[in-house]
Amino acid sequence: MQFTGPDILYNLLALAAFGLLLTAVVRARRQPLWAEAYRRLARNRIAMVTLAVLVLYGLVALLDSVGGTVTKTQTRHTLMDALFQRPAERTYSAPLASMTTGEPKPRRLNQPGTHLLGTDLLGNDVLYQTLKGARTAVVVGGFTSLMSVPVALLLGLLAGYYGRRVDDAVQYTYTVLSSIPDLLLLIAILIMLGPGLTQICVALAVTNFVGLCRLVRGETLKHRDREYVRAAKALGVSDNRILWRHILPNLLPVVIISVTLGFSGLVLAESTLSYLGVGVGQDVGSWGNMIDAARAELARDPIIWWNLSAASVALTLLALSLNLFGDALRDAIDPRLRS
Amino acid sequence: MLSYVLRRVLYAVPILVGVSLLTFALFYLTTSPENLARRNISAKNPSPAQIQQWLKDHHYDKSRSEQFKDHMTSLATFRFGTSDATGQPIAETIRRGAGPSFVIGSLVFVTTLYLSLTLAIIAAYFRGTYVDLLTTIVTVLVMSIAYIVYVNVGQYLLGKVLKWGPLTGFEFGLGGLRFAALPVLIGAIAGFGGGARLYRTFLLDEINQDYVRTARAKGVSERAILLRHVLKNALIPLITSTVAAIPSLILGGVVTENFFNIPGLGSALVDAINGQDFAMVRAMVFLGTLLYIVGLILTDIAYALADPRVRLE
Repeated sequence: MQFTGPDILYNLLALAAFGLLLTAVVRARRQPLWAEAYRRLARNRIAMVTLAVLVLYGLVALLDSVGGTVTKTQTRHTLMDALFQRPAERTYSAPLASMTTGEPKPRRLNQPGTHLLGTDLLGNDVLYQTLKGARTAVVVGGFTSLMSVPVALLLGLLAGYYGRRVDDAVQYTYTVLSSIPDLLLLIAILIMLGPGLTQICVALAVTNFVGLCRLVRGETLKHRDREYVRAAKALGVSDNRILWRHILPNLLPVVIISVTLGFSGLVLAESTLSYLGVGVGQDVGSWGNMIDAARAELARDPIIWWNLSAASVALTLLALSLNLFGDALRDAIDPRLRS
Repeated sequence: MLSYVLRRVLYAVPILVGVSLLTFALFYLTTSPENLARRNISAKNPSPAQIQQWLKDHHYDKSRSEQFKDHMTSLATFRFGTSDATGQPIAETIRRGAGPSFVIGSLVFVTTLYLSLTLAIIAAYFRGTYVDLLTTIVTVLVMSIAYIVYVNVGQYLLGKVLKWGPLTGFEFGLGGLRFAALPVLIGAIAGFGGGARLYRTFLLDEINQDYVRTARAKGVSERAILLRHVLKNALIPLITSTVAAIPSLILGGVVTENFFNIPGLGSALVDAINGQDFAMVRAMVFLGTLLYIVGLILTDIAYALADPRVRLE
C-alpha cells in the first residue's frame, strides 16, 4: 500500500467535507435561531432515528473514501475494501448458501455459508457491493448540491436584490433551463459528456440549480423590503454587506430544507439514469447498476432476488430517511410552514 | 383571449432561441466531433478514414459557423434531419412513436391523477386523525422508492406471479388494454405520492377559508363542503400543476416504455442513447421544450376558463 498524489487529495477531500459539515452543525447550535430548531428536532423521535440512519450512511461512505493505492495492481484500495472485500466466487449464490445458483451443475463455493447477502453474476459479495453503493449515492447527492447551491445562492440573491437587468438575465437563464424537461436535459448532457460519477453530478447540478435559484430569488425579493434591510440601508451599510451578512443568513433555513428534501431526488435520479445507460458507468458500484441487473435476474429460474432486494432496501431507506428528516427539519426550523 | 395567446406565443420565441443556443453549445462545443464519431462507430479502433467518412456523412465536418447556421435554421423550420445511428429521418421516428406514447402516457396520467386526488380528499376529510397520518406515511414511502424498483418488482409480482396481463408489448385500440394494464398500474402506483401530498395541501389551504365557515354555519354537511365547495376551489391550483404536463404526454415515460417494449418516443430515446445517436437526442430536447411551452400556455388558458376572477388581458 502506498499513498500517491491523488490518494492524498481524495482522503483530504473526504475528511474535509466531513469535518466542515460537523463544524457547521456544531457552530450553528450556538446561534439562537438554530438552537431553538435543535431543541425541537431533539424532541422529535422520527427526526432522531432518521438522523442516526443518515449518519450511518455517511460513515459507510466515508469508509469507502479513505484509503491508498495497492502497489501491485495500481488500484485504489479503501478502508471499505480492507474490511469487506472478499475473493470472488464463480457466479450467483443465494444468501448464506454453500453452492452456486444459476449454473447447470451447482458447484461448491470457495467460502461456503459466509456471504450474508449472497453473490452476484460475477461472484462478488452483494453485501460489499451494497455498502460500496452508499459512497456513490452520497457523492451524487453531496457533490451535486455542493456545485448547484453556491451558484443558485449567488445568482438568486443578486437577481432578487438588484432587480432590473440582473434579474432579467438570471430569470432568462433559469427559464430557458427549466423549459427543457429535466430527464431530457440530463440525458442530453450525459450522452455528450459520457457516463461517469463526475459527469452525473454536473448534469444533476444543472437541473437542480433551477429550482433552487428560483426559490432564493423569490425569498430575497421578500426580504429586500423588510424593515431590517431598510434599517441597515438607512445606517449606510453597503449593499454587499446587506446581501451576505443580513439577507443570506435569513435564507439559509429555507435553502437547507430544500437541499435536504432535494437530496433524495438526486439519489433516486442516479438509479434511473443508470438504468437508461447514462449512469455512473459499470466500473463504479451503484445501487442503480444493481437494480438494473435485476431485469435479467428476475427472469431466471430460480429467480435471483437478493441483488435487487439489497440495493432497493439500501436506496429506499436512504431516500425515506432524507424525506422524513427533511420534513422534520422544516417543522423544526419554521413551525409556520407546518401543513 | 386570442391576442393574449398570440402574445404568449411571441414570449416563447426568446426562450426557444435560448434553448437552441444551449443545445448548440452542448452538442457541438463540449465534445470534439472526432470523439463522437469514435463513440458512434461500432468498430473498436476506427481508422482515421472511417472517422472522416462518418463526420462527412453526418455533417460534422463543416465549420462551426456553418454548423451553427444549420442548427438554428433546422430547428426553426422543424427539420430534424436524419439519425446519427441508423440514417432514418428523425421526423418519421417521432411521428411513429408519438401515438403509442400518448396512449400509454395519458392512461398513466389519468390514473395517477384519479388515485392521488382521491387519496388527498380522504386525507383532507380525516385531517388530523390517524387516517391522515397513514396517508402521509404512505405518500412519503411511495416517493422514496426508485422508479426502476417499481417496474422490476411490479412486473414480477403483477405479471409473473399474479398474471394480470402480458409482460410486455403494445397494440392500438381496445385490445391493447391488456398490454397497457401493467405499465399503467405500475406507473400510477409509482407516481401518486407526490400528487397526493400536493393536492392535500391545496385542499387544506381552502378548508380554513371564510366561505367554509359560512357554509358550516348554514348547516352544510362536512362531506358536501369538501366535495362541493372546497374541491372546486382547490382545482384552481391543481390546474397549474397538471395541465402543463398534458402536451408532454407524447414524450411518454422513458423507463416504462423501454421496460415494457412499448414502441413510443421513450423507447426511441433509449435506442438513441444506446446507439449514441446525438441528432435524435438533440431533436427530442427541442421537441420536449416546445411541448412544455405549449403546456404552459394551455395552463394559462385553463386557468382563465376555470377561475372567473382571472382575466387574460
